[in-house]
Amino acid sequence: MQIYLPIAEMSVNIFLILGMGGVVGLLSGLFGVGGGFLMTPLLFFIGVPPAVAVGTEANQIVASSVSGVLAHWRRGNVDLRMGAVLTVGGFIGSTFGVALFSVLRGLGQIELVISLSYVVFLGVIGGLMFYESAKAIVRQRAAPTGRSPRSARGPGRHTWMHGLPFKMRFRKSKLYISALLPLGIGFIVGILAAIMGVGGGFVMVPAMIYLLGMPTQVVIGTSLFQIIFVTANTTFLQATVNQTVDVVLALILLIGGVVGAQIGARMGAKLRGEQLRILLALIVLGVCLKLAFDLVVTPSEPFSFGGFGE
Amino acid sequence: MKTGLILMAFVVAFGIARPATAQSVPLVADLSNHLVAITTGFTGTDVLLFGATDGPGDVVIVVRGPATDVTIRRKNRFGPIWANSEAIAMRDVPSFYNVASNRDIAEFTSERIRALYEIGVENLKLKFVEPNQPEETRQTYGDALIRLNTERGLYSPENGKVSLLANRLFRAELHFPANVPTGAYEVGIYLFRNGDVVSGEFVPLIISKTGIGAEVYDFAHNLAPIYGLFAIVIAVLAGWAAEAAFRRT
Repeated sequence: MQIYLPIAEMSVNIFLILGMGGVVGLLSGLFGVGGGFLMTPLLFFIGVPPAVAVGTEANQIVASSVSGVLAHWRRGNVDLRMGAVLTVGGFIGSTFGVALFSVLRGLGQIELVISLSYVVFLGVIGGLMFYESAKAIVRQRAAPTGRSPRSARGPGRHTWMHGLPFKMRFRKSKLYISALLPLGIGFIVGILAAIMGVGGGFVMVPAMIYLLGMPTQVVIGTSLFQIIFVTANTTFLQATVNQTVDVVLALILLIGGVVGAQIGARMGAKLRGEQLRILLALIVLGVCLKLAFDLVVTPSEPFSFGGFGE
Repeated sequence: MKTGLILMAFVVAFGIARPATAQSVPLVADLSNHLVAITTGFTGTDVLLFGATDGPGDVVIVVRGPATDVTIRRKNRFGPIWANSEAIAMRDVPSFYNVASNRDIAEFTSERIRALYEIGVENLKLKFVEPNQPEETRQTYGDALIRLNTERGLYSPENGKVSLLANRLFRAELHFPANVPTGAYEVGIYLFRNGDVVSGEFVPLIISKTGIGAEVYDFAHNLAPIYGLFAIVIAVLAGWAAEAAFRRT
């Protein structure tokens, strides 16, 4: 069954979109990731204009983050104060990101910047994840009892970060750190979210654990909490500045995504952690390689329509 | 000959300008449908063009979509990667272009006539925004425009088929794909005799979005900030509803 997407201005098979939403939702439920970094490239591959893919994906992530944060909220795993500071940084970052997006689009370089950002981030994250889980598996085989991985931030460890001004107390995270740190992280992730059409959880979560030293049980909830606001801001700005948010596409993706995420979460409970993470790392590296290959290979058609006239 | 040609172009441009009596109209034509509605389930459509001539001759149909401005970018190699570098802008390019005829056009027209009436994609007169482009650039980018639009199914280098019946009646199916641009189309019908246009007629065709798709598009473009808020509210409600639905099961 074909359905016409009013903003993307193309006709797509509704079951293909539902299926894509379902598969990415399944993966996100399975691995506890947002899935934007897989969905946006998939939308490029089926021919959705990159600008529409990015704007629409931001809209979909608002929904999936709301759906995800509620459970964490009820368990009290959201550090509101930390979330608010990250959101302020994220608001500024995503506003800057959407403006940058517009400029790059006018210059005809947006696709290149999107692809390059994906290649760099997916490559680094996928590589690290693969290395970590492979190491964990090897360690388990060697010594079945297995030590727990060492925390990056032990008590008493003092770095330049602790010398920054504007210190704030974050009770839930048991931290007394400079507000500039979460502000800066929020800002950078906000730019990424606006340009790449992602929630940015895959950068935010490691940054919260390794840079800020937040306790892991509040990391996911707080990350989802601030993603809602940053992607809502991105959705609003992309809709206002670039008119690239397709609610019809977002809704279809959402339906598939929600169902997939629930199935994935149930499957994930039965599977082993390291094997799962290696699988996710391979998927991430696969998408990264495909995008990198497209950048490097001699294009069969060096010409393309560009700019706003398209 | 030259003045005759220009005169004929003039006649064609203004439809049937001869003070014709009812019997001597050499060409009449119409479409089965003057309004193509792009609805939510739109997957492309066919419009029937039909008409009659006052005697033997060849019929050529040219369908032109609304004129748009386009920018064409060219990728070049920078180190290991390919990136867009130079760009060329063109004005008033037809967003859709198709030709149909009852037999191979080259058999009954000269190259000059085809160029004059812009019959065939290779005869489109492209207006470059920067006027003094070298011939080679014009050629390269002109070819690229045709290639890109052909790939998207909006230009057709192959001629469609016009069926002639008893040298009087003709009909043709005009096809419009799912990604057809919206706007005012112009369907030109030319009657050829002895290698020259003896009559021409233009029939307008409107392609527009209707139904929910059109509402969404207009909403997104005319009330962009409210549309953005609306998109967020829908997403929040959908996310909340989904979580509530699955929590119970």
